[in-house]
Amino acid sequence: MSFIEIKDASKGFGSPGNRTEVLRDINLTVERGEFVVIVGYSGSGKSTLINLLSGLVKPDAGTASIEGQVITEPGPDRGLVFQNYSLLPWLTVTENIALAVDEVFKDWSKEKRADHVAKYIAMVKLTPAANKLPKELSGGMRQRVSVARTLAIEPKVLLMDEPLSALDALTRAQLQDEIADIWLKNKTTVIWITNDPDEAILVADRVIPLLPTSPATLGESISVNIPRPRDRKLINHEPEFKRLRAHLITTLLDSKGKNKVKSSRKLSLPDILPEDLNNLHNMEFINRRGPKRRTDNQREEVEVLA
Amino acid sequence: MLPLLNCPSINTAAAVKISTDFLTKYILPLLGIFAVLLIWTAVAGGVREEKTASGFTKKIKTGLIQDLPGPYETWVKTKKYIVQPFAKREELDQGILRFTWYSLIVVAKGYSIALIIGTPIGFMLGLSKVFTRMFDPIIQILRPVSPLAWMPLGVVLFMGAGKHANDLGALFTIAVCSMWPTVLNTAVGVRAVPQDYLNVAKVLKLSKWKTLWKVLVPATLPYMFTGYRLSLGIAWLVIVAVEMLTGRIGIGNFLWNEYNNGLYTSIILSILTIGFVGWALDRLMSLLESRFKSI
Repeated sequence: MSFIEIKDASKGFGSPGNRTEVLRDINLTVERGEFVVIVGYSGSGKSTLINLLSGLVKPDAGTASIEGQVITEPGPDRGLVFQNYSLLPWLTVTENIALAVDEVFKDWSKEKRADHVAKYIAMVKLTPAANKLPKELSGGMRQRVSVARTLAIEPKVLLMDEPLSALDALTRAQLQDEIADIWLKNKTTVIWITNDPDEAILVADRVIPLLPTSPATLGESISVNIPRPRDRKLINHEPEFKRLRAHLITTLLDSKGKNKVKSSRKLSLPDILPEDLNNLHNMEFINRRGPKRRTDNQREEVEVLA
Repeated sequence: MLPLLNCPSINTAAAVKISTDFLTKYILPLLGIFAVLLIWTAVAGGVREEKTASGFTKKIKTGLIQDLPGPYETWVKTKKYIVQPFAKREELDQGILRFTWYSLIVVAKGYSIALIIGTPIGFMLGLSKVFTRMFDPIIQILRPVSPLAWMPLGVVLFMGAGKHANDLGALFTIAVCSMWPTVLNTAVGVRAVPQDYLNVAKVLKLSKWKTLWKVLVPATLPYMFTGYRLSLGIAWLVIVAVEMLTGRIGIGNFLWNEYNNGLYTSIILSILTIGFVGWALDRLMSLLESRFKSI
């Protein structure tokens, strides 16, 4: 029994007739303490995949489970770091984290909870900004608050949904290092979603490509056996890093377009026909009771390739 | 050499900027007021005295709109209400702000009722599709009903209260009429709460109660205040109609009495006062609103 397991899960959205299958036959196992990164193109269903674990999305088929328990709803045992930080803008840094801590550790004393909050603010180096509102912080600082909020509830697994993709490259690099550091100290299980292959190899124990087939499937996982802590300046020259990176990028690029199911939909055109502007001056419109309708002639349908 | 040369030109530019600001901020509105006063004077009526052949003086009305008093006449005849705004000479002869104060008290009461009832209804509409399906049609039908139509029903409803029936009917009318913007804006606000915030609540497994107070209410506040502001505007509109119908002392009642007395200058004074107070209330609310919007 693996710590986290997704078994034959599929997920699609939309009503019958206009349905898009997003994920198919997803199988994933993650062991306790592992740092797994899933890399994929934008819009290929990465967020849906991680939300199967967070419980915000329910699979159509198959199951997602943690410690053998099937995941049916969101819960604080799986800490989710959102792409857009999702801090409550009317609460300060401390209050945002305290909201989470107070809820999860209800039975602790007030002082203990306050200390706990302060500890995690210090961990992400935001103690001087503890009483600021999110709008007074930079993007990087906001995401640090979000990470602190999630770590503070001491989840069994940290789910990161493109946590750094809204940040500029330099801030991003810095936060990658910081999160990798924090992980080295805590060894929480992490499942991290990203669209950046470099980021993936830099932080992960294991990288899994999400192949942009339609619907998307998981590719073969790639183990990253580069010793930690990894130095981002040196790692660029490491042959193992270069090899993994080339392998990962090739896998992702090659699968693009391959195995793509061709689907077509019939679209009905709007019922009203365009005005015939050639007859503008013949006053015909005076005798007309309404716009010309396509149904009067014949209904046309156009096929569109997806 | 160059910076020195530049200095004066920057100063002049700044001076020009300030004077255009001054122009747009103060001079243009004053010009507008002046233009309206001018048109008012031009169309207003007056009285010309003429000696008839028999030696009597005869008063002849002149002007485009003969019975409309001009600005000067209005000022002269209504001065006593303005210079002693809180005086109470007789029951129906009081300073203009004293009348306004009576009206404001009623408005405050009716408006509070509207908010206390309207906000929760708005939340329920925003949160529950079932509730929306059930009550939205009724709301859409009741919303456009004029205060003049609600007033008699209000009095009938509180007939049992005897001499208070009119007062309670007035409160009912204000509350019912001014409630709708609060209800609808709150509902829109609740529906517009970003899914991200709700996801945070879900992931943390916040209780329903805590989600309401910690997430929904703060996120909806800007919309609620837009509703509150519109509601206050309507409450202030309604009070005039209500006072005319019930005869309770206040600015609307004063206007109506003076119309019946043929003192048209007082009508103009009342209109201006109602306008100023309405504007002031709106400014006040929009200040509050912008405080919450900035979050």
